[in-house]
Amino acid sequence: MVEHRPFLNILTHAVLILGVAVVTFPVYLALIASTHPATAFSSGVIPLLPGNQATENYAAMMGRGISSSGAPPLGLMMTNSLIMALVIALGKIAISITSAFAIVYFRFPFRQLAFWTIFITLMLPVEVRIVPTFEVVADLGMLNSYAGLTIPLIASATATFLFRQVFLTIPDELMEAARIDGAGPMKFFRDILIPLSRTNMAALFVILFIYGWNQYLWPLLVTTDARYYTVVAGIKRMADVADAVPQWNFVMTAVVLAMLPPVLVVIAMQRLFVKGLIEAEK
Amino acid sequence: MKRTVFGGHLLPWLLLAPQLLVTIVFFLWPAGQAVRQSFLREDAFGLSTSFVGLANYRALFRSDEYLNSLQVTVVFSVSVAVLSMGVSLFLAAAANRVVRTGRVYTTLLVWPYAVAPAVAGIMWWFIFNPTIGILPYLLDGLGYDWNHSLRPTDAMILVVIAASWKQISYNFLFFLAGLQAIPASLNEAAAIDGAGPFKRFRTITFPLLAPTTFFLLVVNIVYTMFDTFGIIHATTEGGPNQATNILIYKVYEDGFLQLDLGSSAAQSVILMAIVITMTMIQFRWIERRVEY
Repeated sequence: MVEHRPFLNILTHAVLILGVAVVTFPVYLALIASTHPATAFSSGVIPLLPGNQATENYAAMMGRGISSSGAPPLGLMMTNSLIMALVIALGKIAISITSAFAIVYFRFPFRQLAFWTIFITLMLPVEVRIVPTFEVVADLGMLNSYAGLTIPLIASATATFLFRQVFLTIPDELMEAARIDGAGPMKFFRDILIPLSRTNMAALFVILFIYGWNQYLWPLLVTTDARYYTVVAGIKRMADVADAVPQWNFVMTAVVLAMLPPVLVVIAMQRLFVKGLIEAEK
Repeated sequence: MKRTVFGGHLLPWLLLAPQLLVTIVFFLWPAGQAVRQSFLREDAFGLSTSFVGLANYRALFRSDEYLNSLQVTVVFSVSVAVLSMGVSLFLAAAANRVVRTGRVYTTLLVWPYAVAPAVAGIMWWFIFNPTIGILPYLLDGLGYDWNHSLRPTDAMILVVIAASWKQISYNFLFFLAGLQAIPASLNEAAAIDGAGPFKRFRTITFPLLAPTTFFLLVVNIVYTMFDTFGIIHATTEGGPNQATNILIYKVYEDGFLQLDLGSSAAQSVILMAIVITMTMIQFRWIERRVEY
């Protein structure tokens, strides 16, 4: 701060508090709604203070789900989301780190071509070419399976670039020393590169976990069997029913549960999250 | 470039194999199929296909619905970028001023990044619910009868707010990083010369933030064009009367609900061209940043 201006300081805090209030407002209402019985939403205005049905609502959603909409219990959907998020995050990291290793530490024919092939994935988000991608997955018999939910989303140019950058900053002397000591490529990869890129992996994991958990269009298309529904894609099915028969308490319970895991990850690992977000854009 | 490398040709291909396989099977092949299908027309029963050249593209650019969708996308993207970046810059400038509590505010502002677009959409759908929502209730007091399922403007405002809300945290983090990178000496020198805080922001801080602002503009446009499918699908479903039918929703609608594969493929190809252009712009910006 350059000069002392008490009024401006108060204004600054007021702006920030207002900002936090606006950002938190929808989540607050969702939390409140998840503590009321269904009757609280039939008329008037949505409740602004907590009700007393929280345990009932959460127990009902985790255990049974909204049976009338054909949605399975949230416990199952959240497990599916967790599997999807973990496989996507770990899978992307695994195949990207080996790709980056190959590109940085080897010289082989068509190396540039391999690099550009990976680069192109950056320009082809799944939403853009949704119909033909769906057809490929259907032809391979991967609909309604964890493989179908995860493998098509697992290629990652961003992660490959990130590891490539990390490897390029690792001094050549390390590799030369390792070679003199008789270490082969895989030993060098395992004992030197992986430990040196551990923080980058963790930062990337936070971002990719959120990416995987929040997938919407893809699970909506490849899962028609309720056993494979994910929670984020499942909410829409519940909300559709809630429009006809107001069950906003249940829908908002699902909303709270659907955002809880990724939000907790961001708050608990804020430093890694910020690092991952900023590195992923380089 | 590494001075020394490992020998061998087989091992690097084995290391690349999983990534290349996924890329070819689930990215390149479908993209190629989209290009191929965009030149074909399938009859209503899917029994025969014929080559129609550019007819699918010509039909698109003659269709009022598609032109409307283009226009809706532009309005949506620009509104979200302006609203979300404006609010974030304001908050980041404020957070940059408070020294000690800055981190607390950052924590309280960044978590919406983790909320899925579809979930954000549902929450705002609930808040704006015409019968029980809190905001329509307040607007009613002001004499405005809010109804996003009937009024196109109301629906657009709803999706713009939901999409901007989710993007505030991302913009805030990048603006804050940009602000912290500006040397304090510049501000101090200007203060000694008698420039007040607002003047300093306008003449020093904002121009120096230009690279960050430009980068965020591209990212925000890419976000609204391609990552907001969940918001539209979970709330307005493109309606009322096509008012929120953005390009990415229309590809899905025409491909999966109308089963018009040729048209959907042509739309995919156009969208790919847009993403490629945006990515190029983004990469050019990064190259220039390296020179700084």
